[in-house]
Amino acid sequence: MRLVLLLSALLGASLALETFVGHQVLRIQTRNEEEVRQLQLLESLEHLELDFWISPSAPALPVDVRIPAAGVQSVKAFLESQGIEYSVLIEDLQDVLDKEQQDMAESAQRERSTSFDFSSYHTLDEIYAELDHLASEHSFVEKIQIGESYEKRPLYALKFSTGGSNRPAIWLDAGIHSREWVTQASALWIANQIASGYGSDSSITSLLDKMDLFLLPVANPDGFVYTHTWNRMWRKTRSKNAGSVCYGVDPNRNWDAGFGGPGASSSPCSDSYHGPSAESEVEVKSVADFIRNHGNFKAFLTLHSYSQLLMYPYGYKCTRPDDYAELESLGRAAANAIKSVYGTTFQVGPICSTIYQASGGSIDWAYDIGIKYSFAFELRDTGRYGFLLPATQIIPTATETWMGLRKIMEHVLKKQD
Amino acid sequence: MELPPAQFPSRRAAAVAVAFLRYRRGGPGRALRLRELRRARTEDIKDVGHKYYLELELEDVLDKDSTVNCTAEVLYHLGNKNIAPDVQFTLEGELKSTEEADHVFYTRIRSLEKELVAENIPDSHGHVPPELEPLHLLAWVASGYLVWQNSTENTQLQLAQIKHVKQVRRSDEYLQFDYLVLLHEMVSQEIIPWEMTVLWHPRDGVRVTRESRQPGHTSG
Repeated sequence: MRLVLLLSALLGASLALETFVGHQVLRIQTRNEEEVRQLQLLESLEHLELDFWISPSAPALPVDVRIPAAGVQSVKAFLESQGIEYSVLIEDLQDVLDKEQQDMAESAQRERSTSFDFSSYHTLDEIYAELDHLASEHSFVEKIQIGESYEKRPLYALKFSTGGSNRPAIWLDAGIHSREWVTQASALWIANQIASGYGSDSSITSLLDKMDLFLLPVANPDGFVYTHTWNRMWRKTRSKNAGSVCYGVDPNRNWDAGFGGPGASSSPCSDSYHGPSAESEVEVKSVADFIRNHGNFKAFLTLHSYSQLLMYPYGYKCTRPDDYAELESLGRAAANAIKSVYGTTFQVGPICSTIYQASGGSIDWAYDIGIKYSFAFELRDTGRYGFLLPATQIIPTATETWMGLRKIMEHVLKKQD
Repeated sequence: MELPPAQFPSRRAAAVAVAFLRYRRGGPGRALRLRELRRARTEDIKDVGHKYYLELELEDVLDKDSTVNCTAEVLYHLGNKNIAPDVQFTLEGELKSTEEADHVFYTRIRSLEKELVAENIPDSHGHVPPELEPLHLLAWVASGYLVWQNSTENTQLQLAQIKHVKQVRRSDEYLQFDYLVLLHEMVSQEIIPWEMTVLWHPRDGVRVTRESRQPGHTSG
């Protein structure tokens, strides 16, 4: 009887539907077979134009139904009179659809302008696409190829240069150890920061007016791809080691600085294997050649993770570099700058006493060929997440790291006069 | 002899002390970590080993404002590298109670229809699903035992990732989880797979009842 009344009410109020304004979606909790039958009866009445998203079948399963605006009150009254429990899943379907349209439009818009989400981790292809994007957006940013990896992937770097000819330059690299994902991610953020800061940020502007910057965000692309495809904990290159089943060389034991000394392994299966000879790894040789050929680098900065350390030479020997006092002082200033952002503390010191003795490292090599301002950063954290730093920490990490790098770059610039 | 906190010997000793402490005082609702190494002193004990005296400030990872001071002593034994270092510590003040969170976790696991199984915590992007966070903390706390037992002055071990965890139902009141974890050894940079069986009860705390280092990670 009640069903007939409901039927009439709905027939009377039905309209030609073009939008979903006022449509509600209810979730109905049936408790027994009788209630399921009631709903099945409702479902069979086609002119009610009820749209069951989940049809009634068994008492334990929920029933979801979209009800045209005109029928909402009547259906609810019917359910209540039968003692059938329900809740409102969607108050107004058109609102939901409108929001969805908006989201999609915004997303498409974002895709056309900047698709790069700096707060998540990306693949090599995505990173390389962003390098192209940055280069196309800024006239003083150029994507250059430093060389090729063992597996023939390009080593792409960004050159920031506002003019001149072979200006004194700063080198910054990340991801030489592929599992240290926050470093490649931070390098991208920093690249964007520098690119968009020229002209508005006085520090970046005065730097790029006098000096060039070279940024290699993925120094070990083969290893990086391997961390995405096979083994998230891969550190080394992916070169084949003659006479061994084990692949790869630790690229930060492969530089020509105390090569083969303490703190590097001679076993190809080790994660700190130094390789058959200095610069045996094409990834290392390419950078070394580039820097040697350029001839005018004043700073060499490299990003690693994790441990929160800011270090200068030496690693291959435990004696102090000639410029110890200046490097220690500059290191402390940079660490203070980092700390000023979120309170993150970095320990400062020479590699050998701060972390461990390690031979064949990049900043030792750079320092020994005359690049005084050579620093290695170990970014967040101190071990809770280690290499698997949550993506939510990428931007905070990049932000604080940038403050430290800036401090160093400002000092280097000052010393150019 | 006074040691600068920035240098690795004191930091390694501090890491061992904190690992031990985390194991002894931690659970699915509490994990302590080092906020600051205030002071470190070392002493060479003839025919015995090296002893480190440490002043530490610790924080609860779930409540960063909650810090506690601690003094600790770590003795690395001479010669035999198979003996775990001796660790003693004194906490100044009380730790916040985790009774409620512990109870919630305990009843939740006990009432599961199927035994819990999970992999790759955190995942490649550092993400831990919220409902698995207690299991993540429990592993980090239990790995403190592995770190303590296997540390020397030349190593620095950290939990890198949970590869696999499986709940094992027991007839007694304890919760049992069999973990396969990856430890990261900082000095050699090796990743070491390690199996461990972890027992927990809100009343008794965490216990590692079985542990077994697994053959080499991959260098292939």
